[in-house]
Amino acid sequence: MAVLLDRHTRLVVQGLTGREGTFHAKQAAAYGTTVVGGVTPGKGGTTHEGWPIFNSVHDAIRETGANVSVIFVPPPFAADAIMEATDAGVPLVVCITEGIPVVDMMRAFTFMEGKKTRLVGPNCPGVITAGQAKAGIIPGHICKEGRIGIVSKSGTLTYEAIHQLTRVGMGQTTCIGIGGDPLIGTSFIDALTLFGGDPDTDAVIMIGEIGGTAEQDAAVFIKREFRKPVVGFIAGQTAPPGRRMGHAGAIIAGGQGTAAEKMDALTKAGVHVVKSPADMGSKMREIL
Amino acid sequence: MGGFCEMLNRNPIQPFGAPHVLKIHEYQAKSILARFGVPVPRGEVTSNSLDAAAIAQRLGGSVVVVKAQIHAGGRGKGGGVKLAKSPDEAERLAKQMIGMTLITHQTGREGRIVGRVLIEEGLQIERELYLSMLLDRAAGRPVIIASAAGGMDIEEVAATHPEKILREHVDPATGVIPFQARKLAFAMGLESGPAGKMVKVLDAIYKAFIETDASMIEINPLILTKSGDLLALDAKVTLDDNALYRHPDLRELRDLSEEDPLEVEASKFSLNYIRLDGNIGCMVNGAGLAMATMDIIKLAGGEPANFLDVGGGANAEQIKNAFRILMADKNVKAVLINIFGGILRCDVLAQGVIAAVKDLGVPVPIVIRMEGTNVQEGKRMLRESGLNFTTADSMGEAADKVVALAGATAARV
Repeated sequence: MAVLLDRHTRLVVQGLTGREGTFHAKQAAAYGTTVVGGVTPGKGGTTHEGWPIFNSVHDAIRETGANVSVIFVPPPFAADAIMEATDAGVPLVVCITEGIPVVDMMRAFTFMEGKKTRLVGPNCPGVITAGQAKAGIIPGHICKEGRIGIVSKSGTLTYEAIHQLTRVGMGQTTCIGIGGDPLIGTSFIDALTLFGGDPDTDAVIMIGEIGGTAEQDAAVFIKREFRKPVVGFIAGQTAPPGRRMGHAGAIIAGGQGTAAEKMDALTKAGVHVVKSPADMGSKMREIL
Repeated sequence: MGGFCEMLNRNPIQPFGAPHVLKIHEYQAKSILARFGVPVPRGEVTSNSLDAAAIAQRLGGSVVVVKAQIHAGGRGKGGGVKLAKSPDEAERLAKQMIGMTLITHQTGREGRIVGRVLIEEGLQIERELYLSMLLDRAAGRPVIIASAAGGMDIEEVAATHPEKILREHVDPATGVIPFQARKLAFAMGLESGPAGKMVKVLDAIYKAFIETDASMIEINPLILTKSGDLLALDAKVTLDDNALYRHPDLRELRDLSEEDPLEVEASKFSLNYIRLDGNIGCMVNGAGLAMATMDIIKLAGGEPANFLDVGGGANAEQIKNAFRILMADKNVKAVLINIFGGILRCDVLAQGVIAAVKDLGVPVPIVIRMEGTNVQEGKRMLRESGLNFTTADSMGEAADKVVALAGATAARV
């Protein structure tokens, strides 16, 4: 069953005619994903690599029945693309684009309030359900069908976790790269909630980073209601406190967002926290 | 660990991997705020002390303030903010400050060289308040932070007197509503006259925040003068790097002399590089994996010399530039390359590394751990290059090997 993506996924690619969009649409299709078409305003009615291109997400949904959109459009237009997909009622939007201005994302989140679209990202590697479908840039060949979910703020560190699980013979259900931007759609808690309700996922690897308090919030959630085993890793243990927003930022966050703070909170919530990024897979093998 | 932290504390706003922000000088911040209607003291900036007396003359009054312009706080304590009671004294102070190395708790030991001074009118201060605006990640919207305890280290105030910190979120659909500004003003003990002025100040700050794509606007202190006016006596503004493409005028405000030359060089090639104190050079793709690589080097008993994220789509040319920047740091005694190839293919990486080593003649041992797309082809190329690479199959093995090669020991603290 897995979460977010499966064999019934019908993927539309916003920005399909661009270089990145083309490359990753082909990769997704090669992995077995049903890619139904692309959206590039102004190129509606044409085809690209055999896929129909539409002027709007609304047109694409109407014509193809797409139920997931993945966004590869450049940063200046990405928030617009997210809002368009939301307005078209796409249930799941995965935004890969890196470098979207924060003010644009603030506007997008205001627009999305009360609407039913789920956003993953932005600035993330996307989502892959092993052996079924992918939306984003996670390399399919490192995945193996299994029963472990992955949720991660980081891109290549997600690949590392996938690779380690595959190497210890365990495999994955769904891997969700939630992205490390200040403003993101799907949170750790949202992803854990999905995994909690998925009968095919037995345990979860959760990968955090310094900065913010999303990991501490997840720890509270795990302690309160998440009943599956979690292996955790926090990147940036040897770096000083995340102080992206300067002094005032630490004040609103209610903490410095250090790795030590996060590891401590997760450990207290019963998460198997590993110090070394090399131990994520072996720790999972050990506890299951 | 001490040196490591200190190195980063010189650059407190930018941790690893986080999107960068553009820091600007106080005089630039004030000019932006003034443009949106935030009252600021009258003043002029100069890099020539001979102008100082004339500026003081123009400003008039019995006293002017001479302020060193560097990208770091704590200038007052470091001797970078002084009062002058005459134009001659203003010139003397400007002459002292321009070219001096100013050391504050935020600059680190080597300090910063002062290139310019801001000379401002002296004001009769009744009260000092604190005001800032920044993004609240959790709420997904801007938040105003205000305090009656202005002019002090706000983090200290938050730690010792959390009740003195006021917060008010701003709905992007409405901007700051006048009642919100009045609420904060009255809570800080202002009378109705200044409270009315606070409405205008906060409206202007919000407009500046949105229209310049600011990451943070901090006014500390915001002063209430004896005549009942509110002015930004000091101002710090940082801008969202990701939005600079639509602000060519703001992009010009970058002061390269305030940044590490190697970091500046790296940014030209879209490489995210931060120099550290250790002796193991790191080249990694992705910020999270780069941080994790530093963590595992530390666990293995070594010290990273840098954070370097070559990005997801690096090509052979970028790998070469990355090597050049890495090796410009003479402390580097060994290099660890840790690449998980997704978009970046291992064969492209290998080709880049081989070319760089042949061109640049890297004199230190190189440990390469790569995984992912085309890994077998990449490994074959490294083997057949005739160059002396050490390869590793896992992160742990790579870290152990590079630490051994660098001769680093746990004795380094």
